[in-house]
Amino acid sequence: MKYIREILFPLIAVLAAFVIGGIVVWLIGDSPWQTYKLLIGSAFSWPDGIGYTLFNATPLIFTGLAVAVAFRCGLLNIGAEGQLYVAAFAAAWVGFKFGAQDPGNTAITPLLHLPSLILVPLCCVAAIGAGAIWGGIPGVLKAKFGSHEVINTIMLNFIAVALLSYFTQYRYKIPGDPILQTAPVSPSAHLPTLGRFIPGFPERIPLNLAFILAVIACILVYIFLWKTKWGYELRATGANPSAAEYGGVSIRKQIVLAMAISGGLAGMVGINEVLGYRHSYYDGFSANYGFVGIAVALLGRNHPVGVFLAAILFAVLLRGGIFVDAFTMHVSKDIVDMLQGLVIILVALRPEAVFGRISKFGLMKKANV
Amino acid sequence: MRQIFTISLIFSTIRLATPLVLAALGGLYSERSGVINIALEGLLLAGAFTAASVTYYAHSPWAGLGAAIIAAAAVAAIHALACIRFKADQVVTGTGINILFIGLPAVLSGALFLSSGSTPQVPKENLLPALARFLPFMPAWRIFTDVSVISLLALIVVFVTRYVLYQTPFGLRLRAVGENPEAADAAGVGVNPMRYVGVILSGVLAGIGGAYLSIGQSSLFTRNMAAGRGFIALAALIFGKWRPVQTLLACLLFGFADALTIQLQGVPVPVTVLRLTVLLLCALLGWFIAYQFRFIRSRMTRTLSGLLVGLAVGVSIVYYSMRGLGRVEVPVQFIQMIPYIVTIIVLAGFIGQSRAPKALGIPYQKER
Repeated sequence: MKYIREILFPLIAVLAAFVIGGIVVWLIGDSPWQTYKLLIGSAFSWPDGIGYTLFNATPLIFTGLAVAVAFRCGLLNIGAEGQLYVAAFAAAWVGFKFGAQDPGNTAITPLLHLPSLILVPLCCVAAIGAGAIWGGIPGVLKAKFGSHEVINTIMLNFIAVALLSYFTQYRYKIPGDPILQTAPVSPSAHLPTLGRFIPGFPERIPLNLAFILAVIACILVYIFLWKTKWGYELRATGANPSAAEYGGVSIRKQIVLAMAISGGLAGMVGINEVLGYRHSYYDGFSANYGFVGIAVALLGRNHPVGVFLAAILFAVLLRGGIFVDAFTMHVSKDIVDMLQGLVIILVALRPEAVFGRISKFGLMKKANV
Repeated sequence: MRQIFTISLIFSTIRLATPLVLAALGGLYSERSGVINIALEGLLLAGAFTAASVTYYAHSPWAGLGAAIIAAAAVAAIHALACIRFKADQVVTGTGINILFIGLPAVLSGALFLSSGSTPQVPKENLLPALARFLPFMPAWRIFTDVSVISLLALIVVFVTRYVLYQTPFGLRLRAVGENPEAADAAGVGVNPMRYVGVILSGVLAGIGGAYLSIGQSSLFTRNMAAGRGFIALAALIFGKWRPVQTLLACLLFGFADALTIQLQGVPVPVTVLRLTVLLLCALLGWFIAYQFRFIRSRMTRTLSGLLVGLAVGVSIVYYSMRGLGRVEVPVQFIQMIPYIVTIIVLAGFIGQSRAPKALGIPYQKER
């Protein structure tokens, strides 16, 4: 019964969001059927559809996991957006400071020329570390002063955006570059695309090793949360703080730990973006990944498997949005933002409150949230 | 310095603070009743888009304003329904509404105006007017020509809110519901109806603020034009300790920082000023951090070591990042950051405790 609940209610929420979205599409004057066919159907062609969908899913898996870990500790990390920016910048900084110069880099002389085998892990560590610090700050503020993490993470999002836009514009941009981006990272900091390893999968598709990292991250998060003592304490803090404290768990430590892990996971988006795809830090690259991560985590019921599936769903929409833009009369790809918003709202509703009457028929009888 | 601190700075502060004040007061009604309203951003966007489109078709800013109020109130009602009736996590639904209203106006404007997310320009005579329109016999002082009716309205709303909140039975009930819903319920106050009213009022006010953004301050709606103002309004509300007049002052401070950002663009400042500012900030930060190390007994040691370490860090930052500069333009990003940093510091309780309504964020369940 528990599993049915966990799978059924998110599905109902998604369907309801699609129905509402369909009504909007119909009111605008397009065919909902056609729109959804484009939106969902475009994602499953081999190799482009699937390749791009998995590529789009990669950052969402990371941010979804990030939000889920914080949620399990009873915290809402709205700051994944800021954390992933800081992390991406850190990865880029290490990438162009410690590796052989990219021919396109005419501005920054690297300090060291590390080989790929050392540089790539170093960049990853930098990204995770920077994300963990940026996420840890609101954790420390909450543990130390009790200030609410939601407001602090929002504020840190804005600070990160302003700070990094300063660094990009004034310090690490190649002079004359019309785009607000840093110098390119060293070629030895590039993550190979999966096209290198899979025969018949073209290399132009940017799906890269970061996706494998995302899958590993899902497994690690599962092991951490359900198979280790730390994970148990973290979940205990989220489920019932006072009971956890009575049982000898230091709540303050758990809050800082959860926020730091959350930030580190969000920071891994930087690996995909900088090392795997764009090869430089591009100001404002994130398409609301941090916020969509909230939807992903909620829809995935804060479980790594659910997060993975939900991330794929949203990635399908992101991919389909491009086709909706091109092939429908009126509807634009902004329909994707709209659907995401609707899913977040609907999935947040308490099933018991929505389906109160159904409980009479025994569906909810054994379910204790 | 003369170039920066001009009379225009004051008017620009008023202009920029107006939507903040309206949204923050909206948030005040909602949060005082116990419902977190992170959706202010989305409400502003809903109001702004509705106002611009309706004004474009109806050729009257008042129709636009009215429609904006209704639209934003309706959105707020959805938030209220989700939070109160369906007991959703209030922060999460708020975030959902914010994302929804990045997408929805863009979808609608694409369909209505065949544009990518913005509405067509509204002619100047159809914008929300300045005070001068209503005072035909007054001289053309800037206070009449530069200040919008909505700014005056926002100011009035502040004092009305203060009166309502502290001097009327309605205000007492609203506060009671946010502080101690069980007691309010026992005294016969309907907790959930009061909360609906609070949240919907926040939609009304944020709708006015949104209309001001699109058909007051500028003349069209552009994609995501609230640009974080809803969040700043929320920060101002917390900074103002959930009280109307303090919130107004906080909004003015944030508006001032914003105005200063615009004014400082392209104005060179001696680099010495910048260096000293960085040094001062680092020293203060070092002091704050060191002050938390309780294991060092002596307060003097803590203060001195914190200041010194902070200064050392500051010197290295200045040395590393500002070598060989003469007069520089102050990077606007640094001024943009000020309100956010101030908010974090305020939240941490460095400048007086800011205490939220006790029942904020907790859905009310009647005991059976």
